[in-house]
Amino acid sequence: MSEDQQNLVTAIADMKETEAIELVRKLIDNDVPPLDILASCRQAMDIVGARFEAQEYFIPELVLAGEMLDQIGSIVKPLIKERAGPAVETAGKVLIGTVAGDLHDIGKNIVTFMLDVNGFEVIDLGVDVPKETFVEAIKTHQPQVAGLSGFLTLAFDSMKDTIEAIEAAGLRDQLKISIGGGQVDEQVRGYTGADAFGLTAMDAVAQCKDWIAR
Amino acid sequence: MTTMTIEREQKSGEDLYAEREKRVADAIALREPDRVPFSFFTHFWTATYCGHTFEELMYDGDKYTSSLRKALDDLQPDTFAALHINIVIGQTMETMGYKQLEWPGHGTDPNVGYQYIDKEYMKPEEYDDYLFDPTGFFLRTYLPRVATAYEAFAKLPDFPTLYYLKLIRATGAFTRPDLIEAFQTLAEAGRPMEAMMGELKRFAVEAKEAGFPQSIGSGAAAPFDHFADYLRGSKGAMLDMFRHRDKLLEAMDKAAVLIARDAVRSGKGNPFSKQVFIPLHWGLDGFMSPEQFKTFFWPPLRKVMMTLIENGLNPQVLWEGDCESRLETIADVPPGTCVYWFERTDMAKAKAVLGDVVCLRGNVPPSVLNLGTPDDTDEYVKNLIKVAGKGGGLIVDGALGIPDEARPENVFAMAKAVRKYGAYG
Repeated sequence: MSEDQQNLVTAIADMKETEAIELVRKLIDNDVPPLDILASCRQAMDIVGARFEAQEYFIPELVLAGEMLDQIGSIVKPLIKERAGPAVETAGKVLIGTVAGDLHDIGKNIVTFMLDVNGFEVIDLGVDVPKETFVEAIKTHQPQVAGLSGFLTLAFDSMKDTIEAIEAAGLRDQLKISIGGGQVDEQVRGYTGADAFGLTAMDAVAQCKDWIAR
Repeated sequence: MTTMTIEREQKSGEDLYAEREKRVADAIALREPDRVPFSFFTHFWTATYCGHTFEELMYDGDKYTSSLRKALDDLQPDTFAALHINIVIGQTMETMGYKQLEWPGHGTDPNVGYQYIDKEYMKPEEYDDYLFDPTGFFLRTYLPRVATAYEAFAKLPDFPTLYYLKLIRATGAFTRPDLIEAFQTLAEAGRPMEAMMGELKRFAVEAKEAGFPQSIGSGAAAPFDHFADYLRGSKGAMLDMFRHRDKLLEAMDKAAVLIARDAVRSGKGNPFSKQVFIPLHWGLDGFMSPEQFKTFFWPPLRKVMMTLIENGLNPQVLWEGDCESRLETIADVPPGTCVYWFERTDMAKAKAVLGDVVCLRGNVPPSVLNLGTPDDTDEYVKNLIKVAGKGGGLIVDGALGIPDEARPENVFAMAKAVRKYGAYG
């Protein structure tokens, strides 16, 4: 890796947005392959994720990191001519969504980001997701884990309904289910029939690692 | 059902009011009251309790008032919030074309509470406009974006340029058909709002005569939330912490003055409560770092709070989520002036750090109230009073008030448990 590439990793990881974008342009001018630039971004994101886990970084840093990644992607991706390399082996497949009736997405997005930097393939169904959509997506994507997110207390029932629908479709045994959100706890977990609950993105990462390793 | 009754005290409404008002005032001032006060705060639980839909409450002030009246009568709380201006707003929002909420029957299910649409309502390059002239920015740029009735306000004259003959000539602007229609629509939207305010005033008097003090006299917001929620959107505000740090800080400093001025005006004019409700959204642990909290969140919030306190009002701050890492920082307020309502913060730790400074409020969780049993609720309240009630300075409430879907028997168990375990002396 060139010095400029190393500097790019550091700039992104240290939240130096202007510097990072300038370095990307410089790397392109120096004919560094676009896929190598994206690899540096990936490396930077690993550092960002680790700092988030260490509670050096919080949500504002994740948002800015995501923003830098989007910008760099929009500069670099049109230049990609070579074929992508062989598919990267992922740590596992996770389906995630905010349950019916609830429009909150920040917690879900942070979990998605952290699962992604930890090597999981994440299928994000968005917010206010009907139970039928969860069931269909499980059939289609065959994830090992489903994450049901919800911030409002009404989500307790939506989570329960969703898990019952998954059960009724005969899919419950093939995956683990975790619920997450500001108001969930062990009592809510028991009520909904989930396998676990989590209050932070790290809880979700730890659960997925644990379940998929088995 | 025998569990769903609270024993009435054989006292006049006037005596009950005086007794309860003192109980709450003592708790706030950190004097030991006769008993821990029980606060009743909810958005839509009274609908659940009385068999209405949430949508009905949002459109029918009589239904909201009667459901609240019944809840007060049955639960006999020491203090309560009359939330007419948060609940009975459906018709007004519909008429004015309000875009920032989805509400029961309008975007959400008739029995799902309203939800805010988090997006960018102010662009980052507009900080300068806001800083130069917040009123002009709101009139001509912000209001037209958030409600259709305000759209024509974009065509309003630039008022500070109206002097001498220009201000005479500018009257012509008010003949614009779109502006005339805007004013007419706003008046039409305002009529149910005014009727509801009349209803609220009548009910406040009635509740006082029946012995129930109110817990909210006016409202305010943390300046960071003001920008993150209502102007820049949460993502925009978080990016501004890096990209437009100085402008965000300057704008919050300005907003703090405006927010405090409004809350002082309405708070001082409200004879029923001196408490100013300040629900917080983005300051909790996990969202921003302790350093970011000390830079972006706390100083402008404290500025609002101090202005309220200087004007004889009591900030009632609802700290959403877990705020454990903030406890030392937020202790920097004059003792006995504020209520800190915690959702998930460990109440024993809050008591240890803040017990000599603020009155704590909270925090029976929705998992207990919605899914647990009366025994679970009793146990939670018993323990809460044990860890956070010593010597006074505690008001028992739900973690975020009574959840809309709470089991009525648990709410009664909560009211009873406060009576059972909360007596001092």
